[in-house]
Amino acid sequence: MPDLLLELFSEEIPARMQAKAADDLRRLVTDKLVAEGLVYEGAKAFATPRRLALTVHGIPARQPDLKTERKGPKIGAPDAAVQGFLKATGLKSLDEATIQKDPKGDFYVALIEKSGRDAIDVLAEILPVIVRTFPWPKSMRWGERSARSGALTWVRPLHSIIATFGPETEEPDVVKFSIDGIEAGQTTFGHRFMAPAAISVRRFEDYEAKLKAAKVVLDPQARKDIILEDAKELAFAQSFELVEDQVLADEVAGLVEWPVALMGSFEAEYLSIPDEVIRATIRNNQKCFVVRDPKTGKLTNKFILTANIEATDGGKTIIGGNERVIRARLSDAKFFYETDLKTKLEARLPKFEQIVFHEKLGTQAARIKRIERLAAEIAPLVGADVGKATRAAHLAKADLLTEVVGEFPELQGLMGKYYALAQGEDGSVAAASEEHYKPQGPADRVPTDPVSVAVALADKIDTLVGFWAIDEKPTGSKDPYALRRAALGVIRLIVENTLRLPILHVAKSAIDGLRETGTKQALIDSDKLPADLLAFFADRLKVQLREQGARHDLVDAVFSLGGQDDLLLVVRRVEALGKFLDTDDGKNLLAGTKRASNILSIEEKKDKRTFDGAPDAGLYKVPEEKALATAIDQVKREAAAAVQKEDFATAMSAMAKLRPAVDAFFDKVKVNDDEPKVRENRLKLLNEIRAATRAVADFSKIEG
Amino acid sequence: MDALPDHMRPERSFQGFILALQRFWAEQGCVILQPYDMEMGAGTFHPATTLRALGPKRWNAAYVQPSRRPKDGRYGENPNRLQHYYQFQVIMKPSPPNLQDLYLKSLAAIGIDSSVHDIRFVEDDWESPTLGAWGLGWECWCDGMEVSQFTYFQQVAGVECAPVAGELTYGLERLAMYVQGVDRVYDLNFNGRDGADKVTYGDVFLQAEQEYSRHNFEHSDSDMLFKQFVMAEEACKKYLDAGWRDGQREAHLMALPAYDQCIKASHVFNLLDARGVISVTERQSYIMRVRELAKACGEAWVHTEAGGAA
Repeated sequence: MPDLLLELFSEEIPARMQAKAADDLRRLVTDKLVAEGLVYEGAKAFATPRRLALTVHGIPARQPDLKTERKGPKIGAPDAAVQGFLKATGLKSLDEATIQKDPKGDFYVALIEKSGRDAIDVLAEILPVIVRTFPWPKSMRWGERSARSGALTWVRPLHSIIATFGPETEEPDVVKFSIDGIEAGQTTFGHRFMAPAAISVRRFEDYEAKLKAAKVVLDPQARKDIILEDAKELAFAQSFELVEDQVLADEVAGLVEWPVALMGSFEAEYLSIPDEVIRATIRNNQKCFVVRDPKTGKLTNKFILTANIEATDGGKTIIGGNERVIRARLSDAKFFYETDLKTKLEARLPKFEQIVFHEKLGTQAARIKRIERLAAEIAPLVGADVGKATRAAHLAKADLLTEVVGEFPELQGLMGKYYALAQGEDGSVAAASEEHYKPQGPADRVPTDPVSVAVALADKIDTLVGFWAIDEKPTGSKDPYALRRAALGVIRLIVENTLRLPILHVAKSAIDGLRETGTKQALIDSDKLPADLLAFFADRLKVQLREQGARHDLVDAVFSLGGQDDLLLVVRRVEALGKFLDTDDGKNLLAGTKRASNILSIEEKKDKRTFDGAPDAGLYKVPEEKALATAIDQVKREAAAAVQKEDFATAMSAMAKLRPAVDAFFDKVKVNDDEPKVRENRLKLLNEIRAATRAVADFSKIEG
Repeated sequence: MDALPDHMRPERSFQGFILALQRFWAEQGCVILQPYDMEMGAGTFHPATTLRALGPKRWNAAYVQPSRRPKDGRYGENPNRLQHYYQFQVIMKPSPPNLQDLYLKSLAAIGIDSSVHDIRFVEDDWESPTLGAWGLGWECWCDGMEVSQFTYFQQVAGVECAPVAGELTYGLERLAMYVQGVDRVYDLNFNGRDGADKVTYGDVFLQAEQEYSRHNFEHSDSDMLFKQFVMAEEACKKYLDAGWRDGQREAHLMALPAYDQCIKASHVFNLLDARGVISVTERQSYIMRVRELAKACGEAWVHTEAGGAA
């Protein structure tokens, strides 16, 4: 079966857009083919800085023929209806239609046979539409034609199109179409500098091979592999080690068609700058890799660049030029770093009074004060020294005003740590500058040093409470202040450090802090806020447990007990509950409890009342009733004692003892006794089952 | 090029470098203009770009434009940063299909050989909030150094470009430093001579950098500048109003003089900004005010003859 080769050759496509564009091209073309009844065997798309290419193989040469039936008017219908039917179906007269019998009156049916078209004609129709409507994040007009309305837009000027179609063994045909003056054909061009001549291609295999001969590696993955392998080899040859960077390698692979790795060096004096600053300078600004000495783990004064040409001087000029730029950049970085070291962190703080954190939440200075206050309050709860936690919170944001962080925002926190150490701060205090931002996401490390933990919690809780107070909660996919991440951070800090933190209490205190720092904003529902926020934590916890494969309905079952603001205990309860429900005892007890609940809710509705209150022992008629009452009493006591000790596993085992009594009760006892008093008493007993299980969770919220 | 005397070769002298670029673009049919006689932050502000980019008429021009960035002054102490430097600006409307090739040939004309240099087009979306302009294109890199901006204008002064113009901006000092192989801008050989006859960039501009840095950061008269801003703003609006022929918004007769006042306001704002007397919140509103002027000038321009109204 025939194959399609498509290439869209343009001026340089931004590196960050290439992968998605290749994917979009493959998806759009293949979706359309399938929609046209052309089911293909396989497809692969590629991108280089100057081209998007797609190969689709095994496309049928023709669409299948289509037979459709179309219902027409009733026999004897008015002429207008008949004429409309003939026109719509293309029949010459009613003789060509068949008649279908129907009790409500026979009617005409047209059998329309639509023969499939050649795939190449279908392609000629769909490809221009895809090019014209291609989903680039931003596209542009260019040249003479840009003055006309409806001019073609593309990510950068589009120069030529290859579109060939044909079976492997034959000379393929060109898919004939043209877009805004660009005629599809079979010509492309090689490397911009090393092989700029036109190349004529037939099909994908020969396209890829000819491009390679013309110094273009079509496959981005292959370019990336070349870059990383050559870079590693260059480093290794000098007994060094490449600092691997997949993101950078992807980006660089999108900047070259013919990667050539070269090694340069810079003056060793720049190694006095922290490694992270050197790396950020060389990586962000120059798109070069850095190299470390495996013996020390520290960077060396080497870097690796990726050129797009095999230079005739072996790369000497290119290396020289890059070294000049990197030297100038590092010289700036060193100047920034040394300038920063001259100013103490606390001396920077007054400037925060001029910087607005959020229009409704006051200045950064006010926010820092709040974090300090909250960190001091949280410190004893997490085993941190109050003095250190306060000091750490005081300094944690100061590096935002340093030159290095101004230049490289991604180094925030880390630079604070370096500057704090340089001015002789305590190790934990310094570390908190960096660690209080953590965890940044589900994969990020959670700090364990109590000082860092205290400041991290204070920072995140202040953020959450603040934005809650001004009603800037996340909605749907919108979460501009990353509040979901902050809440998840709080959960992970608490759970992974096994901390006991009364969230409601801390949230209330954060609200007080907000009032003290004089935000002029009327706080919205500050009484309801802590509970609201707690519900948000419950939601986040559910999401997190679900992602870990745990049952999120159990979270509801625990939270609906009320008064649960100790996240660690909630998690422990959920864990114990999950284990219990995996046992036979657990499953049966759940079934029994649900049965009790169902009967109760039906009868409650019927009688329009609840069946609260202790059952009357004098009304028990059968031994199973008595046995159940005894079991409930015992279980209640044992479970309560275990919960008191926060031993949820024992509480669950206590619950298990309820099971035989419940099972026996349902086996032998008819709840709706004819005698109303006995019936009421039995319903009260059922209510007791429900009440007893609430010592550990609200079983009615559990699914299944 | 071989016919050139040594002191005129682009890799030997700054002036030879500029002349080589001018000659190259003259060969491509550009009119070679002289710098606009007003202070401005970039060559894009020159009416030959901002205004001429608008409207349907063909327009190919190239020129050097002294660019003033008061905030970038470093008292002559930084090897690369200047508050006054030169941009070389090329504008071609409509953008020709081979504009990238022309650009690469222009690099060859100033001694940058693409068989030993690594030349790259790296994504850069250009936007000028003060001019109400945006376009797509690249930073052009030579061996890891940004040497030019390459932009296909999509909108200027709030008006859609139809057809689109291509704009090239070369940072002359930086490129010349690379070609001459010097690390400090003040060491550039300006006239290509040796010994006692040699004039460096420092000889010409070092004192100016020191004096203007003092002026821009410490002594510029903010009271006067605040007034000047308002005066330029008001004059711009006044000329725009007066320029509509017979008061009908059909033909405009004074777009250029009005636009001069917009240029003026923009530069005065830059001076105030460098002096540190404009707060963060005010800053945004000043930029908006200049943009409003630029947009109104663009609107006027497309109702002039050169703007394509007739």
